[in-house]
Amino acid sequence: MTITDLSTLDAARTRLTSDGSVLRLSETEAEQKSGYQAPTEEGLGERMIMNMGPQHPSTHGVLRLILEMDGETITRSKPVIGYLHTGMEKTGEELTYLQGATNVTRMDYAAPLFNELVFSLAVEELLGIEVPDRGQWIRMLMSELNRMTSHLLFMATNGMDLGAVGMMLYGWREREEVLRFFETVTGLRMNHNYIRPGGVAADLPGGWQADLSAILDIIPDRLAEFDLLMTGQPIWRERLQGVGVLTAEEALSLGATGPLLRSTGYAWDLRRDQPYLKYDQVEFDVIAGTFGDCFDRYAIRLAEIRESMHIVRQIIEKMPEGDYRSQDKKVTPPPRARIDESMEALIHHFKIFTEGFKVPEGEVYVAVESPRGELGCYIVSDGSSHPFRMHIRGPSFVNLQTLPHLMKDAFLADTVAIISSVDPIMGEIDR
Amino acid sequence: MSEAETPSKDEASEEEIPEESEIIEFPSPELLHGVPVSHSRGQVVLHPSRDEYVALVASLREIGYWICVDLCGVDYLGFGPQRNLPAGIAEERFEVVVGLLNHGERSRVRLRVQVPESEAMISTLFHLHPSTENPEREVFDMFGIRFEGHPDMTRILMPDEWIGHPLRKDYELGSIPVQFKGASTTR
Repeated sequence: MTITDLSTLDAARTRLTSDGSVLRLSETEAEQKSGYQAPTEEGLGERMIMNMGPQHPSTHGVLRLILEMDGETITRSKPVIGYLHTGMEKTGEELTYLQGATNVTRMDYAAPLFNELVFSLAVEELLGIEVPDRGQWIRMLMSELNRMTSHLLFMATNGMDLGAVGMMLYGWREREEVLRFFETVTGLRMNHNYIRPGGVAADLPGGWQADLSAILDIIPDRLAEFDLLMTGQPIWRERLQGVGVLTAEEALSLGATGPLLRSTGYAWDLRRDQPYLKYDQVEFDVIAGTFGDCFDRYAIRLAEIRESMHIVRQIIEKMPEGDYRSQDKKVTPPPRARIDESMEALIHHFKIFTEGFKVPEGEVYVAVESPRGELGCYIVSDGSSHPFRMHIRGPSFVNLQTLPHLMKDAFLADTVAIISSVDPIMGEIDR
Repeated sequence: MSEAETPSKDEASEEEIPEESEIIEFPSPELLHGVPVSHSRGQVVLHPSRDEYVALVASLREIGYWICVDLCGVDYLGFGPQRNLPAGIAEERFEVVVGLLNHGERSRVRLRVQVPESEAMISTLFHLHPSTENPEREVFDMFGIRFEGHPDMTRILMPDEWIGHPLRKDYELGSIPVQFKGASTTR
């Protein structure tokens, strides 16, 4: 890891707060000023305010950008968000801890299992319960597979955004292989509600190793095809290399995490640096870039798919036997068979699902490494069965702040490459 | 927790704060970096006042807490139990909660700053950590807490003309009329 010293960080901070790359206009002002503008007093020629999105195929959902252009060059810009805001943090206060996972899983819809994971870890931290080893290994297996699907989706959209339209098919095809495995395990392709406080919803189905081995046999060859189709191609490199450059100091000042931070050469990965689950028992590399440009971010994600497969292979070997969820009666309903024979078990089951379980007072912040960076969950409990406050620190939300800085002095055509390389998921940004 | 306590010792020796707390529980609150500290599930929580807040974040930044990871608000209206606050910290309705991360020592601290309802205002961290720009706007949008000195104190998630701050506890839940329902169409 390149350890920067504070003075360079200070310099980056000064640059970021004073370079004026963020267009600070309200929507109404932007509307009034849209279209051609008279030359500014600095004599920089005509400036034009342009609106991009929210309905635009390359904005990954409903991201809107207000761009100030000087000809083809972007001078200032501002991401406008909130089009997908559904008040999920408020909803989270109304749902019990058991229902909470169904809510958070819909935030980052490309990596739903991470949301469930971070929420469950926070609740377990408050409850003070320990998840059995097998439960933890299953969680780790599912997160790594989810990291693969998320990055494969990135490969698809990134390719599509840059004109490698075929990638849209190939990326989704490979992702589908893994989603099919998710379906056999959780019953759903997305928004699984599989990782819950106390463990996971169900044990892995019989023959899961074979299913996974089949997937792990297919994907490396397909990734080699990706390399052939994109990595070495001169057009691909032209479009990405040197575009949207960020330095490590800037990334740190802007709170960027995940591939965006690692692309600058700063290898910070919570899986290695603040291990959770059983990440200290598997071997993997933290992939870091050099130049902090769009190409590095692409290459990092491609390499991370391979690293995740490496982890999955180790998990298949090391998966322990045992319970997949905590046997703490407070949070885990009695097994289905017990309900048929015991009235108390039935009442207990009913109570857990209607009233929910109570969580001791306190507040806790837990973070995991999602495919987009640090995904955090801050929960305040007042001792009832609902969180008093549930806040999710979405990595995309914070990473989005880098956009105006990445796009400064870039061409309009590059915005698409830059947005894509930040890989924002609007569900998580707007929550 | 153990690694999180390491910075305390360096800092305490610098500033001569009687911090090593083999003292009995009550007489004076335990201090860390010069402000009362509490522990929540093994996580270090600092409780600066609004006046100490920015200076504390600045001095933490000097000793390695380079990254402001998270900033959020909490509305404690109607919170039943006693809050886990060190002695001498008066409860207020709102709290601004800031998460700082030290990559070198791989440790985190959390700041909980009390913000009164009557004067829902606090200084911005933007000039120390530009990463707080969006989170502070979100807290303003959701709780109505203003950040003094923030370059763009506008709503971020809700529409500009929205009335009220949705994550406040007295903001009623319920449905709102859907904007497009019943609108006249050309068809």
